[in-house]
Amino acid sequence: MAPLPAADIHARLKSRFGESIGELIGNRRDNASATVAPAAIVEVCRFLKGEPGLEFDCLSNLSGVDYPKRSLIEVVYNLYSYRQRHLFTLKVGAQRDDPVVPSVASVWSHADWAEREVFDLLGVVFAHHPDLRRILMPEDWPGHPLRKDFVEPEEYHGISTSRESLLKAT
Amino acid sequence: MGLTGFEVEVQRPQADGGLSTEDMTLSMGPQHPSTHGVLRFVVRADGEVMKEAIPDIGYLHRSIEKIAEKVGWHGFMPYTDRVDYVAAMPCNQGWAMAAERLAGIEVPRRGEYCRVIATEFNRIQSHLLSVGSMAMDIGAYTPFTHALREREYINDLIEELCGARLTFNYMRIGGVAWDVPPAWREKALAYVRRFEPLIDEFNDLISYNRIYTERLGGVAVVSAQDAIDYNLVGPNLRGSGVQYDVRRDEPYSVYPELEFEIPVGRGEMGAVGDCFDRYIVRIREMKECCKILRQCLQQLPPGPVIAKVARNLKPPAGDCYVRVESARGDMGWYVVSDGSAFPHRCKIRTGSFAAISMIPKLSRNLMIADLIAVIASLDLVAPEIDR
Repeated sequence: MAPLPAADIHARLKSRFGESIGELIGNRRDNASATVAPAAIVEVCRFLKGEPGLEFDCLSNLSGVDYPKRSLIEVVYNLYSYRQRHLFTLKVGAQRDDPVVPSVASVWSHADWAEREVFDLLGVVFAHHPDLRRILMPEDWPGHPLRKDFVEPEEYHGISTSRESLLKAT
Repeated sequence: MGLTGFEVEVQRPQADGGLSTEDMTLSMGPQHPSTHGVLRFVVRADGEVMKEAIPDIGYLHRSIEKIAEKVGWHGFMPYTDRVDYVAAMPCNQGWAMAAERLAGIEVPRRGEYCRVIATEFNRIQSHLLSVGSMAMDIGAYTPFTHALREREYINDLIEELCGARLTFNYMRIGGVAWDVPPAWREKALAYVRRFEPLIDEFNDLISYNRIYTERLGGVAVVSAQDAIDYNLVGPNLRGSGVQYDVRRDEPYSVYPELEFEIPVGRGEMGAVGDCFDRYIVRIREMKECCKILRQCLQQLPPGPVIAKVARNLKPPAGDCYVRVESARGDMGWYVVSDGSAFPHRCKIRTGSFAAISMIPKLSRNLMIADLIAVIASLDLVAPEIDR
């Protein structure tokens, strides 16, 4: 079965969720996306997964991008449908100083760990996540490394995070 | 690194005077020979039976995604090798493809063929390590030595191609760094001829060994639905009977011109989606790699191997989500450019990360020894999990 064009997927979302869905951005299959209001994301995901003809059964990728100039952290959902071969991207903007986005772990199991990673590296809090704690960094690590203004601490438990250049020493 | 939310539950003696049992908490790893890199499991077991196995990852986190934001588009290529050093070529390719998509660069056909040849050799290398170490984890040492012997020959071939045996840094944005050396094509073809029958030999040696199949058949069955829900990819997904391969279903490079089959798990030794299916899919994929290699090496077109690409590359602002079929399956690259000389964001979604997230679900009520089989059958590679 041939995958639906992104415009059709977007139109179906728009007719169902109206104002919560932003404009269609991107003209290729791999970058066609729409913004979603944070409050609506779980319903939108559940709709995309369950609706016949759309059937996005797989959360292929979940990541976060920091945009300090827009004081925004964008959570990006790359969705894929194994049954229909659709590819579509949703983006949810969260306020940078207090980023809270509802968790979609109840829709796709993969979201559990993927959201933990975004929480760990960018500090986005996923509301109603079953087990939101750091996953890659140590639990007592200060800050969230993938934020653009993250400053690496000089040391961690007495271990220096920098060293003198070997070239300079000679 | 402490694990919160994990308390040992002690059972008190029962009122009827029956024998009491206490759950035992074991820490497996981070330096355990069967954990395939530095990762750790906290296992809560009742005797030999696990109630829970919780993965603890992050020991190999090198912040590769952050490095991407600091070193520029061309400069990041050698770092992609370190994402998954067992199969570095597909990582090279994923990054190159993402940058090419954003910058609108066309790769010359000979360059694409060189990429596919290198990637498929690398896939065999990676699968050899996977099936060999899996046999060793289960307790058969000899197959491991056979697999590594063959892997050495491929290392030699790739070394002639790009000068490195593990972290290749072979591809460039716009093509590959070097054309195939003189007479290399014949050497590579001769090796494919030699290697193909050895797959059957490997099968005779271990794959259908009674002890081996008993250890793997019917263990840790993953249904197709669960596999997709947890975003399992590659051989793990195909082991569950889903015939899906990015090379065929989301075609890229020159794969549409090549003929190959996509093996899936058939439940020969128990149920579809058990450890044996994931294992045997890798064995059969090596045969398909040989098919692809033979076609590529014979059809290798003349011409340049790399396009002209600006040294100071600045792709126009935008984002893309590119996927390649790595040895561990569908590898996703979500890359954002802000139009500057440095990527704004590079997210690498890897197969092992999804696979290990399934361990708590898969390990319930298994024997501790089976956890080893599960880890090996999912082909977890720790650097790929942590990045």
